[in-house]
Amino acid sequence: MPNLLPAVGWKADLWRGVQTGVPILLASAPFAVLFGAMSVENGLTIAEATLMSATIFAGASQMVGLELFGHRVAPWLIVFSIFAVNFRHVLYSAALGQNVPHWSPVTKAIAFFFLVDPVFAESERRVENGRPVTLVWYMGVALPMYGAWILMSWIGAEFGSRVMPDAHAIGLDFLLPLYFLGLVMGFRNRPRWLPVVIVSAAASILAYRYIGSPWHVTVGAIAGVVLAACLPLREEPAALADVEPATT
Amino acid sequence: MTANLWIILFGALATYLTRVGGHIVLSQFSRIHPRVQAGLEAVPAAVLTTLVAPAAMMGGPAEWAALVVAALAGTRMPMFVAFVAGAITLAAMRSLVG
Repeated sequence: MPNLLPAVGWKADLWRGVQTGVPILLASAPFAVLFGAMSVENGLTIAEATLMSATIFAGASQMVGLELFGHRVAPWLIVFSIFAVNFRHVLYSAALGQNVPHWSPVTKAIAFFFLVDPVFAESERRVENGRPVTLVWYMGVALPMYGAWILMSWIGAEFGSRVMPDAHAIGLDFLLPLYFLGLVMGFRNRPRWLPVVIVSAAASILAYRYIGSPWHVTVGAIAGVVLAACLPLREEPAALADVEPATT
Repeated sequence: MTANLWIILFGALATYLTRVGGHIVLSQFSRIHPRVQAGLEAVPAAVLTTLVAPAAMMGGPAEWAALVVAALAGTRMPMFVAFVAGAITLAAMRSLVG
């Protein structure tokens, strides 16, 4: 995103966050509408569907929950499935925590509630660009997305499939994968990037085929992270790059 | 309170635990092992790749073209420009090949 304002305090930070969040908000809105529409078809009330988006705020796990609501599965098993699908957030939480030592425990307790895939990815990208993850920036990204997620879920539940756009024709269904690919490319200067991407891609495709969605996310992510932890450690070049002369 | 309501609230609690749990566990250690650090650095690339790869595998020529354009553009241009280039490629290809 172009920076329309110079870095002059919290308002600029907030505005940058909102600018970062809006494209993601637009790309994820159809999924919220779809969730709302499907939840009513699966026997939830409009209020329950909206409450689910407001309290869980995690698209894939909400869909899994819905699918199980329809099958008369034991309640604890539905809760466990939601937990399992969201397990990747443990990794986000551990990684983000390293970058926000300046946040108080209460701030963390509130902010981490909003730690969805794109908020985590954008926070890591901000660190990659050498900027601090400030609370106003973070909330600028997260809060509009959270509000839109609830609103769009309600619209989907209230008005059903009548409001679903022809997602395929304008490519909406594939916008999020494209967006995530753009983010993946942004991390290409990190150590072990290529082997991690290859192994995570292969593991997630295999898991997608043989276990099923959305388990491929957790399986693929763990494969890549474990690989990175097992590969030989070497001196990180990033720390040395700054002191090397520009020309030799 | 209906069963649905309880499931939603406990589902929300379980989700919240995953979002604070990783940090709570890690903050118990004063020093992070280099291998854990290496694993944490790989988290964004590893997770985000899993959100792309199966979708790419299931796609057709239009989706593949869009991904290639976005990936190539991503090495030269800001991430958001790469994303828009991919989206335009996708819409154009779909209107051509269906």
